[in-house]
Amino acid sequence: MSREYYLNLPLTEEERTSLKAGDKAFISGKVYGMRDQAHKKLIEIIEGKGKLPINLLNSTIFYVGPTPPKPGEKVGAIGPTTSARMDPFTPLLISNGMKVMIGKGRRSKEVIEAIKIYKAIYLVTPGGISAYLSQFVDDIRLVAFPELGPEAIYKLILNRFPTFVGIDTGGNNL
Amino acid sequence: MKIIDTLIITNSIEELCKEANYILNPKVTALIEEASKKETSSIGQEVFSQILLNTNISRKKRIPLCQDTGIVIVFIEIGQGVLLKGLPLEDAVNLGVRRAYTASFFRNSMVKDPIGKRINTLDNTPSIIHTKIIPGEKINISVMVKGFGSENATSLKMFPPTIDKKEVENFLLETVKEKGANACPPLFIGIGIGGTADYAIQLSKEALLSLEPMDEWEMYLLESVNKLRIGPAGLGGDITSVYLKVKTFPTHIAGLPIAINLNCHVLRVRSLVIE
Repeated sequence: MSREYYLNLPLTEEERTSLKAGDKAFISGKVYGMRDQAHKKLIEIIEGKGKLPINLLNSTIFYVGPTPPKPGEKVGAIGPTTSARMDPFTPLLISNGMKVMIGKGRRSKEVIEAIKIYKAIYLVTPGGISAYLSQFVDDIRLVAFPELGPEAIYKLILNRFPTFVGIDTGGNNL
Repeated sequence: MKIIDTLIITNSIEELCKEANYILNPKVTALIEEASKKETSSIGQEVFSQILLNTNISRKKRIPLCQDTGIVIVFIEIGQGVLLKGLPLEDAVNLGVRRAYTASFFRNSMVKDPIGKRINTLDNTPSIIHTKIIPGEKINISVMVKGFGSENATSLKMFPPTIDKKEVENFLLETVKEKGANACPPLFIGIGIGGTADYAIQLSKEALLSLEPMDEWEMYLLESVNKLRIGPAGLGGDITSVYLKVKTFPTHIAGLPIAINLNCHVLRVRSLVIE
């Protein structure tokens, strides 16, 4: 039987380890929204020992590329993109402090291994329900790489955003 | 002969794109509602209820069903008794897409120079356009708005001509097992069999345009897919797919191309006829 948790970001190690695959987690607080090209750029910066435009320590990354808000609205349609495409970049981000990921679909062995080592966690939410999910996002702002348009890095404020624990800190997969 | 201004095609494409992104095709909704009754896992049931809630919110508040407002694939059948005047056909279609995507604040996902700079075209054009000349004086237009989470899950295999239906089933199950969870299940599955490599893939998309009832083999394949228990959103459960359709075309004696198109649960297909 799955349990329900209401949690504020950033998650403490204790909070992360108490979550088990299949639990429901309603998440509030700040996340970075980013996808393919932003991942590629961050990795290039880390490998070149440059200064990152975001602080990865204890951060949460949501794999997302939202629609632009309509005039007068705070947010547009928001939902997860396929996490597997970020797999090649993810272990390095985890080893640099990122702790929580929100996305959809499966992850690679390498990502699961990094999740176990660094006690990170992977939360999933269904794709294709973006009008519904937009209700749980209070704000969205551009943070870095504006030239990437919908692929830029955004800061989102989540408010009881519904997720399931996909891969827990022990590497157990839903 | 009938003269039709391509401005009518522009307007039709604009409307179809908006409708596709805001209002789930009623046949799609009916198939999902029907399947949701058979789901027994609690997470699966929850995902189904989120999907159905999403449909209502999208329609009422005019928020896109999915943030991936997709690549626009257009199928146009033009009666050979029609004379088109106005903008060239492809420009007319792309103008309709541009208007829909910029006016509605849909996400512009198309990039040019795909293996180079990947520069966003900022209006979601160009669309992929399939044209066909048919008898008569009508124009049939279908629009499929496809997200890339599911497009990336497309599979093609060139089989030898001697295989039987069991091998088609195996290829289908392999594909869904490997890629289904990432394609936003419960899936709509189109299978194209025959033609050439490129045409089999086109058939696999066309198979999902009209959502006609499934035949016996299609229902058997659907059941077989559902035994994989990938479930709604890939989180386990009874319903991995709600609909499966096969479309065939004659092929060469030396082979059998088979394409599998996994479409997400937000199957955004819309059609109209210009008379």
